[in-house]
Amino acid sequence: MKSVLDDLKKQKKLRPDRMMFRDEAETLTFADVAARSDAIGSALLSRRANREPVLVFMRRSGAMIAAFFGVWKANCFYVPVDAEMGEARIRSIIDRVKPRLAIADDSADPLLFSCGFAGERLDAKAILSEPVDPAALEAAEQARLDTDPAYLVFTSGSTGAPKGVVGVHRAVLDYAEQITRALRADETDVFGMQAPLYVDACLKEILSALRCGAGVVLIPKKLFMTPVPLVEFLNAHRITSLCWVVPALTLISALHTFDAVVPQHLKTVAFGSEVMPPKQLKIWRDHVSARYLNLYGPTECTGMSCFYEVDRDFSDDERIPIGHAFDNTELFLIDENGNRANEGEILIRGTAVCHGYYRDPERTAAAFVQNPLNPDYPETVYRTGDLGRINDRGELEFLGRRDDQIKHMGHRIELGELEAAAKTVDGIDAACAVFDRGRSVLGLVYTGAADKAELLAVLRKKLPEYLLPKRTVRVDALPLTENGKTDRKAACAMLYR
Amino acid sequence: MEKLLDILRELHPETDFETETRLVDGGILASFDIVMLITRIEEEFDVVIPAKDIVPEHFNSVKALYALIEKISEQDD
Repeated sequence: MKSVLDDLKKQKKLRPDRMMFRDEAETLTFADVAARSDAIGSALLSRRANREPVLVFMRRSGAMIAAFFGVWKANCFYVPVDAEMGEARIRSIIDRVKPRLAIADDSADPLLFSCGFAGERLDAKAILSEPVDPAALEAAEQARLDTDPAYLVFTSGSTGAPKGVVGVHRAVLDYAEQITRALRADETDVFGMQAPLYVDACLKEILSALRCGAGVVLIPKKLFMTPVPLVEFLNAHRITSLCWVVPALTLISALHTFDAVVPQHLKTVAFGSEVMPPKQLKIWRDHVSARYLNLYGPTECTGMSCFYEVDRDFSDDERIPIGHAFDNTELFLIDENGNRANEGEILIRGTAVCHGYYRDPERTAAAFVQNPLNPDYPETVYRTGDLGRINDRGELEFLGRRDDQIKHMGHRIELGELEAAAKTVDGIDAACAVFDRGRSVLGLVYTGAADKAELLAVLRKKLPEYLLPKRTVRVDALPLTENGKTDRKAACAMLYR
Repeated sequence: MEKLLDILRELHPETDFETETRLVDGGILASFDIVMLITRIEEEFDVVIPAKDIVPEHFNSVKALYALIEKISEQDD
């Protein structure tokens, strides 16, 4: 196998009429998705697409995922974009990638062109009626390499410029095997997908459908504001499996939802992307009997790299482990001197490590490094920047970040990106972004003449929603450390003055 | 009412909460904002908002939200 497209072929034969993806607009069977991807692949090939990035700028939908597969069929890699990412982020992606081709629906208007896209716009609907070219698709399959890129997704960068992570087919194939084993996914499962499609998180559900024949229901985003209708939705669609960010699960448990309604069909509840508070996990386990999995892994290693299946109770001050590495992946800890240790920075090696950052040799070199334990031949490993330790049970625990990167609302955030955006606003002299872990609040402390409302109005245009501060405080001067650097800790305390 | 407006303005200082009537439907309150909002309301007003009341019609405007808080406070008394 060279890509998970072989899985699509297999599923189309096994269960053509089974629901693969369902969203608010339509239900697509495995046969529908395969047919759409053939049409899209053929359309791209007829435009002589070849191993190049193809922007997919669509509303979050099964149709968008079918477009991803279509891009693969043309041996290209998809660059997912959603209007909710905000104008500045979209502009910076288009500027970095300069794609020649974009597949777009009406949600991309007018942003696609106003953000600088200068290539050919293929209408997501019209493209489906273009003729399928089996010979061209076959030739493309022959020419495919498993080391070719599969996608390019962008994560927060500290200097303000997002980093484009180049995902690889070989790693996606491996991930399909490992994640579906961890989730114990099978053809009877129905996943309730929370993740947006412009991050790698959505691969968990997509790969469960491809590898195991599971169905995926894309849960409308607006339901993640109303916990009772959300759980009713899970029951109505007989959802068996969740892979959600922690805030989506705590939305339900923290707001007394189980007093009103309880999920009826859940077998698997997987969470990740930030630390699950033991208290919230307990509420879930007390009301819903399912397998609970704590997942951990960076985008740079194709999604998740390890997991812990909850097998005991945790007190409020205990850490829920991130457990053990997937098969065919190693996570190891390195101390400050570059030696193997029981506590230190988490490094990851294996086929899951992706190719690096797109058109960004400097930041690639900083994070994708020679294995410090291997002086003998070239071997690239990924430095996560996360700190971990091995506990007494031999399980890996996540301790926090080495730098100013945080996880918030399921998104990876460099505080520097919010700061960089704030500093470009007229009337802002200095700004310090802070994260109050206790309350899970992203805040901004600034000096300057601009008032809060003006500042927020400008930031709203520049940043995706999850990067917007939830508390903003104007101060006369930012606190400084002895070394004259901004004192983030002291600034955080100023949030509640 | 002022207390509630303060909580909301802290979340989204750029919004005119006194006139806005589509806070949820118009996408002004973001996904997951709601947990923080309710936690703050429960702290400030000393009420527990039942999950079944967390629906758009109670959260689309400050007026509706305030009415909900008052209704719950009265029931508690």
